[in-house]
Amino acid sequence: MPLRPNRPVYLDNQATTPCDPRVLQAMLPWFCEQFANPHSVEHAMGRQAGAAVEQAREQLAALIGAEPRELVFTSGATESNNIAIKGAACYAAAVGETRRRVVTVATEHKCVLESVADLRAEGFEPVMLPVRPDGLLDPAVLAEALEVPTLLVSVMAVNNETGVVQDLAGLAAVARHAGALFHTDAAQGVGKVPLDVAAMDIDLTSISGHKIYGPKGVGALYVRRRPRVRLAPLFSGGGQERGLRSGTLPVPLIVGLGEAARLAQAEMAAEAPRLAALRDRLLERLQAMVPGLVVNGSRTARIAGNLNVTFPTATAAALMAAVPELCVSTGSACSSAELEPSYVLRALGLSDGAAGRTLRIGIGRFTSPADIEFAATALAAAHSRIEA
Amino acid sequence: MTYLDANATETLRPEARAAVLAALDGGGNPSSVHAAGRSARRLLEEARETIAARFGARPSDLVFTSGGTEADVLAVHALGAGRRLIVGATEHDAVRSATRGAAVLAVDGAGVADLEALRRLLAEDGPALVCLMLANNETGTLQPVAEAGRLCRQAGALLHVDAVQAAGRVAVDFATLGADSMALSSHKLGGPQGAGALLVAPALSAGLAPLIAGGGQERGRRGGTPPLPAIAGFAAAARAADGATALAALRDAAEQGAVAAGAVVMGAGVPRLPNTTCLALPGVRAETQVIALDLAGVQVSAGAACSSGKVARSHVLDAMGAGALAGEAIRVSLPWCAGPADVDAFLLAYQAMAARLSRRAA
Repeated sequence: MPLRPNRPVYLDNQATTPCDPRVLQAMLPWFCEQFANPHSVEHAMGRQAGAAVEQAREQLAALIGAEPRELVFTSGATESNNIAIKGAACYAAAVGETRRRVVTVATEHKCVLESVADLRAEGFEPVMLPVRPDGLLDPAVLAEALEVPTLLVSVMAVNNETGVVQDLAGLAAVARHAGALFHTDAAQGVGKVPLDVAAMDIDLTSISGHKIYGPKGVGALYVRRRPRVRLAPLFSGGGQERGLRSGTLPVPLIVGLGEAARLAQAEMAAEAPRLAALRDRLLERLQAMVPGLVVNGSRTARIAGNLNVTFPTATAAALMAAVPELCVSTGSACSSAELEPSYVLRALGLSDGAAGRTLRIGIGRFTSPADIEFAATALAAAHSRIEA
Repeated sequence: MTYLDANATETLRPEARAAVLAALDGGGNPSSVHAAGRSARRLLEEARETIAARFGARPSDLVFTSGGTEADVLAVHALGAGRRLIVGATEHDAVRSATRGAAVLAVDGAGVADLEALRRLLAEDGPALVCLMLANNETGTLQPVAEAGRLCRQAGALLHVDAVQAAGRVAVDFATLGADSMALSSHKLGGPQGAGALLVAPALSAGLAPLIAGGGQERGRRGGTPPLPAIAGFAAAARAADGATALAALRDAAEQGAVAAGAVVMGAGVPRLPNTTCLALPGVRAETQVIALDLAGVQVSAGAACSSGKVARSHVLDAMGAGALAGEAIRVSLPWCAGPADVDAFLLAYQAMAARLSRRAA
């Protein structure tokens, strides 16, 4: 057995990432000396806070190829997804739009699936498309679904369990051809894979702070301006964010999101190959020690930090219990307490049994080679103990 | 600089700062089942217990939100379904925007809701949801919420209370208030921006219909990863905010000095928040006053901070029948850490401004 680490080895970076110390440093002044309400434009302290919000908006816009004013700050990607999907539908219904179909994919995050399903009660027609065994959506399947006039297509950039990267540019082109709006939940993709909303022709993009080494409690929604995408707000109030999202903006969290975006833009090109090398090393070690280990999802269209593997005999729950000092997961954190077989893996064609023997391993910015060595050895040892 | 705009956002309390930093160091998603996740979950549930206990609710009846606005809207969304809406005339825009077309409950000249009018509105057909704030954000006027709650119960109506400005400044106890839901905001009681909560009566809390659908967090009542550092700071601030009664003497001194310089106090003579005063200067536009004070290094506002720069006439003062004064009033709200020097600085700037601008107006 390798030496026990003095604190848990955290390989669950798709559930949440630790806050980067540089992000923390950027946020601190805005918690303390600079605490004003950014909407208090009548006084100097309020205006300074407002300027910090706008700088963060510029940093985030630069990361995804948007204009700053195309970004609306929210409490996180879940809220962004709710606003994008319900907001597009509500606005369309209010202006008498006749398109009623809303298309999404079986492997989306639960908040997208629930938001789309909620629209049925409003007279919309939710359609959930299957994926191929490698986790990718077949553009031909999308094109077929869009033969019925469709209001909105929602496809995630990167899957939260398998790390599979969808071909957004190709899928957005199919949606555009059919006259549908194209939304992507990019919570797991922003800062991990290059994303250019203008070049990829995307109308709506959801972003999360705490998946890119920023703080929890903040996110954003990109809403295209040319041609203009119109949404009804999910809730109104003081009229902040041009009426699309009311409520006092959390300045320190937004500054943190901006700094996280700046760091991601500066470091993504170097970080991705480093994480991929760690991931490949982990897989190589595991495969050598655990014959019959299976990798789920495309090996090529996949983010660098993700590994999703099915073990031949031991269940994921037994493996996690056997190595308590390793933080990995069975799937999405939101539902991980339920211990239900992952619907994402089932959509890839895994049986309930195989899904129950599957671990999601998320390697991140602060993962060291020693962490990888520990994880490989400890998991393999636990597996052979359980098998025996 | 003298910061006297606490009702826009409170100065962060040192306890809250420490809790935010500790939580940022901890990491982990509270929904994950591994060690990092479990320790995050523990922090989340401790914060829930602290805030619930502080304001007289069961932990299971507290739903975390992104802030006060979302908490207000969630209450209207979940409790207002299938009910007619009755809304106080001076409510925050968060409530007013969520209740367009609602019957308006009038207030008197001091901003206090007319309970006879409420009785009449409740006597009309159909079950109702009444929205009445505990303390007004512009004038600090306290509403007779407990009495309103009794009338609502007699009539089979539900009552939502926006306690965003009152919590931490005056005694607030959800259990004895008799309301069915109550909205709280972290940054209005000295915690960080980005967190809030809705307290819900035990009978209604379990199946509360979510506004933000998602991964089943908050027992299915609010989707999205909870903002743990902000929530930890919220709890620490709630524990530290033990009433603002000591601010009343400072506020009164500021008020008396301003009145001597020609100001009219809006909402005088009724129970108010101890830290808030709303001062009209006849003949001088609110925007002009705020700019003059800003240049003198004193930070106040012309009403709610939300409307992003547009200094519109105050709907609160209009509802109080203030006439022309509705466009001529500023809000002075002392933060928890205010001292006599702040009042001195304010009065120096205010008296100079009043002498200059009132003369010109006259």
